[in-house]
Amino acid sequence: MKADSGARPRRLFLQGNEACAEGALAAGCTFFAGYPITPATEIAEHLARRLPEVGGTCVQMEDEIGSLAAVIGASWAGARAMTATSGPGISLMQENIGYAVATETPCVIVDVQRGGPSTGIPAVPFQGDMVQVRRGSHGDYEVVAFAPASAQEMFDLTVTAFNTAEKLRVPVFVLADAAVGHMRETVDIPAPGGVARLDRRLPEPPAAGAPVRGFLDEDVAPMPVFGRGYRAHVTGSCHDEFGMRNVVDAPALDAFVRRLAGKVLRHAAELTLIDSEQTADAEVILLGYGLVGRAARAIARQARAEGLAVGSVRPITVWPFPGEALSAACAAAAAVIVMENNLGQMLPFVQASLGRQRVRALPPGVLGTLHRPEHVLAHVREVLR
Amino acid sequence: MTVPAHPMARYFRPGCMATTACPGCGNGIVGHCVLRAIDALGLSLDEFVFVCGIGCAGWIPSPHFAADTLHTTHGRPVAFATGVKLAAPERRVVVISGDGDLAAIGGNHLIHAARRDVGLTVLCVNNRIYGMTGGQVAPTTPQGMRTATTPHGNPERAFDLCRLVEAAGATFVARWTTAHPRQLAAAIRAALRHPGFAFIEVMSQCPVQYGKLSQEGRATDMLALFRQRAVHVRRARDLAAGELAGRWLVGTLVGAEAEE
Repeated sequence: MKADSGARPRRLFLQGNEACAEGALAAGCTFFAGYPITPATEIAEHLARRLPEVGGTCVQMEDEIGSLAAVIGASWAGARAMTATSGPGISLMQENIGYAVATETPCVIVDVQRGGPSTGIPAVPFQGDMVQVRRGSHGDYEVVAFAPASAQEMFDLTVTAFNTAEKLRVPVFVLADAAVGHMRETVDIPAPGGVARLDRRLPEPPAAGAPVRGFLDEDVAPMPVFGRGYRAHVTGSCHDEFGMRNVVDAPALDAFVRRLAGKVLRHAAELTLIDSEQTADAEVILLGYGLVGRAARAIARQARAEGLAVGSVRPITVWPFPGEALSAACAAAAAVIVMENNLGQMLPFVQASLGRQRVRALPPGVLGTLHRPEHVLAHVREVLR
Repeated sequence: MTVPAHPMARYFRPGCMATTACPGCGNGIVGHCVLRAIDALGLSLDEFVFVCGIGCAGWIPSPHFAADTLHTTHGRPVAFATGVKLAAPERRVVVISGDGDLAAIGGNHLIHAARRDVGLTVLCVNNRIYGMTGGQVAPTTPQGMRTATTPHGNPERAFDLCRLVEAAGATFVARWTTAHPRQLAAAIRAALRHPGFAFIEVMSQCPVQYGKLSQEGRATDMLALFRQRAVHVRRARDLAAGELAGRWLVGTLVGAEAEE
């Protein structure tokens, strides 16, 4: 695809990974660092071609650890920065994910999930990293993650991820899978300038030599990016509001942990995106995210056609976990069937929000494939009996 | 009585004059040489980003230098610095870190940055041991030496870091010791003028861990030993291989020679 300077919206037939890369460009991404890995590689390939056309930089690093390190460095140098990988790369990135959280570095991490554990199966869709992106780094913290279900959402949610990262100064994940990344669909791309853009706040210019309050605000501190005279002190060690290390006092650790997590949770309601259909009178709700959520929607409609009172709920925001929104969407249902392409990674969080009694797990008959409608419908009929 | 101001005091972050380094540590000499070089070139610290990793040497710029500083995860400062430099090519990006950080856990980033010839200045402060964690063997520890984790003697050979980065394609490579502060400052000036990847290994004393375990002694003893051990690369050309055993080649090993 060629760069398009025309100021008009475009409708394109794109692969999910290409749509993600175009979403990054529309969101103003100026820096990408990555390492080849199936099934995410097309994002790097597309940006390697397109970023130089818009004055950006794309670099292939020596590994995923270095990729996220370079992204964080570029973000501090003022870039809107992103990396893309799959499960093995996320495993390698874990320490620097914690560093990005601790230093409040805006960055976008796209995880096109594949079969695991370990090398697993590279090109088979699997939802294996749902909790890893949230809890994989040591310590206690909060991140934001969105789960796209289509090529269009690969575009849209990558834009949302950039804006969220910039606004909250936090790493934001786009949690796709091999199917969403590789399938081709129609994607509507707004005209240039037609995409809303949020930028990180910068501190007021400091008086000479005065320290800058650039960290650990109760809300989100303005970011003292490099090269503007802030003389920022950026460290992953426990620090105060000025970024200065304090590695001896427990109360300093308390503020460090609580404020990093608190600023994300404070914005949880506005981050929440869920897509519900026919839930008001539903006796059974099929709940799934990503492509599985799309399958749940189709199966629920099929059940309705058979006269069964079935609705569907698809969390688009998966972290912070949208427990309250799910509770509201599922309030009327006697049973909630949680469909995941894994052995139940998000299940405990759903159970904690909705109660154990009415929540049951339903993996696909064969992990790494979509749920077969007859398999799900048999389950629904059994629940309704 | 008035206390005269330290000549480099204006480069220090307010309130960060106290050091966490042990008595006799070489960190102060290295930091001083960096600031002397910047001062001599008439540069402002506002042009710089200092990037460092985990370990004693990471604390040379952070928190002391009044500049943008990025104190990263262990082993990764060169990768972080690569991102800073690529996103903001007008910045002068300087990595200051230790041998464990840059050559053990971070060795892969080091050789790839050298291969890319990305415009970084990397100072590796080599004290030949893990100091902060209490004297464990490093990839730079001499063979046979007893450390906290090699109580029967180090069975492995030490890395020659200058030859490593030279082989990886570094376009400026120099080695000095903390016993050669003027030459070290000159090499840092040359590195800062070099447009590509510049690497300086600074052999530095850790009397508290290395000096004790090796019986090289106190800081002053170690510095005297450094002077004896160092042999300039120009002089080394005239020496037989046997005469160079156990010596450290110092000077500019790759690239335009600094005025020493």
